[in-house]
Amino acid sequence: MTAAVEPSRLRTRDALATSTLGLRGKRGRTLLTAVGIAIGIAAMVSVVGISASSRADLLAELDALGTNLLQVTPGQSRFGDESTLPTTAPAMVRRVGPVTAAASTTSVAATVRRTDHIPLAETGGISVVATEPDLAGVLHATLAEGRFLDDATADYPTVVLGSVAAERLGITSLGGSPQVWLGERWFTVIGILDSLPLAPDIDRSALIGYAAAAEHFGTDPSASAVWVRADDDQIASVREVLPTTANPENPDEVEVTRPSDALEAEAKADDALTALLLGLGGVALLVGGIGIANVMVISVLERRTEIGLRRALGATRRHVRAQFVVEAVVLAALGGIAGILLGTAVTAGYAANRGWSLAVPVPALAGGVAVALVVGAVAGLYPASRAARLAPAEAVRPA
Amino acid sequence: MPVLELEDVVKEYPGSPPVRALDGVSLSIDAGELVALVGPSGSGKSTLLNVVGALDQPTSGTVRVDGRDVGVLSDAALSAVRGRSIGFVFQHFHLLDGQTALDNVATGLLYRGIPAGERRERAAAALDRVGLGHRTEHRPRALSGGERQRVAIARAIVGEPAIVLADEPTGNLDTRTGAEVLDRLQQLHDEGATIIVITHDPGIAGRLPRCVSIRDGRVTDDERRP
Repeated sequence: MTAAVEPSRLRTRDALATSTLGLRGKRGRTLLTAVGIAIGIAAMVSVVGISASSRADLLAELDALGTNLLQVTPGQSRFGDESTLPTTAPAMVRRVGPVTAAASTTSVAATVRRTDHIPLAETGGISVVATEPDLAGVLHATLAEGRFLDDATADYPTVVLGSVAAERLGITSLGGSPQVWLGERWFTVIGILDSLPLAPDIDRSALIGYAAAAEHFGTDPSASAVWVRADDDQIASVREVLPTTANPENPDEVEVTRPSDALEAEAKADDALTALLLGLGGVALLVGGIGIANVMVISVLERRTEIGLRRALGATRRHVRAQFVVEAVVLAALGGIAGILLGTAVTAGYAANRGWSLAVPVPALAGGVAVALVVGAVAGLYPASRAARLAPAEAVRPA
Repeated sequence: MPVLELEDVVKEYPGSPPVRALDGVSLSIDAGELVALVGPSGSGKSTLLNVVGALDQPTSGTVRVDGRDVGVLSDAALSAVRGRSIGFVFQHFHLLDGQTALDNVATGLLYRGIPAGERRERAAAALDRVGLGHRTEHRPRALSGGERQRVAIARAIVGEPAIVLADEPTGNLDTRTGAEVLDRLQQLHDEGATIIVITHDPGIAGRLPRCVSIRDGRVTDDERRP
């Protein structure tokens, strides 16, 4: 006569609907509780998004600038003295097969000032540099105003200003043929360069021709730097032969650097900061999770009779536990989705502000949702098991 | 054929000394009966309700609900017995405020795995039976106390349980609406339902065909009226 009792069953759809019932009933509380998770996820998504956008931008910039620029400098002798390159160095370097172009620069012992009334000491950190007309081509330099030195103007007292140098001298346009007090005489500004991320030294320089440098300042034509462009795929071998080519007598002293390495290093240097900010986002998420757990514990206390009723209607402990865990997960998912939207918006705003293109990595978004769901499930576990442990007889009879 | 059988049921709560809330209760209720379990507060009738409703298990003795010994069942199986064999009516109604009368009644079938459409159809029929066919879309707050208790009765009967267990069903109502609720129970009884009403009120107990009196955890009287 005793047949096995048919077990209680709750359809998945009904379980979901039941779990969201409590959230729909208290919208204000649901919103406030989800905010904690939203902030945590938003912080993480924007940290990852901003650093990805910044890196993408830096790499794009690097791509545009090219990684095939090398800089040859004389270095130091074994005794710590400044070494010099032979005057033949630029010509020798140009003779190396894969080198497509090269140009030298030489420091000039002179200062540049806006007028002769400005004290000699106030150089504004601008150095005077002699160079060849080819330099613009080697550096892929573009001009904001005017033109670069050419064979004709290199002989005359004319000067091209790097972007920072022009700004510090207060010269923004060539209107009215501005002049600067360079050494002991006036030089006419014929061009202003755009910023050169690969050659920040040039940004802070006033460039004059070798002929003018020799005539007015007696500058020795030995190069203080030779800038070299070479074939991309041969860059390593070119780098190897450059010391012997530039200074056959003392090849050990020659230093060869690749300016793009510094930018690449910058792209990687962000990692430490990113990790720190991610950690902060994680803390926000943790606090958000604790918030959910807190609110759910209160909710379980408030809903004792509902829990008792459901137990009386046939719900098993598992049904009750699942109801509250799913409720917490849904709560966290709401926060997670809001956080992703918020984080993407913050990233977009920041990128637009910096003139970057937006790059939000999809794995970061998916990871954000997954993390939110896990946080919700963990936060819901304790209150849910409290709800499941309620004795039905006590729960249906409010004291 | 009995739908509820108690044999020498003892329920003790731990403590020093232990509290013996039920002290050897034997009772048998047949299908189709309308029975009052009456006793003052502290008589053990709440404990009896918990044991009869499969909300709790006896310390010793046997409780058979619809032929099943609830004393040996797991928690999941007890839940199933509650959901399938017993319909509860509570003093405080225990309706869900966020849902309509119809959805509240349909919740009575939620844990049987019945699809939503069928639940709502059967809920509508149950509301008709208690005379609330016109109030299906109202929320509990928009209903009077008597109407709320009738919604709760509809929820209890929607699954056609072997036993309807009403715990002080008129305790929160005034005399007139209380009488209406009793009339509804009487009507369901006439239609064939088995109903047990737990109450402290001898006046209510006196109106029902069978009255079992409880005092100090024992059955003191079992009176049938023709």
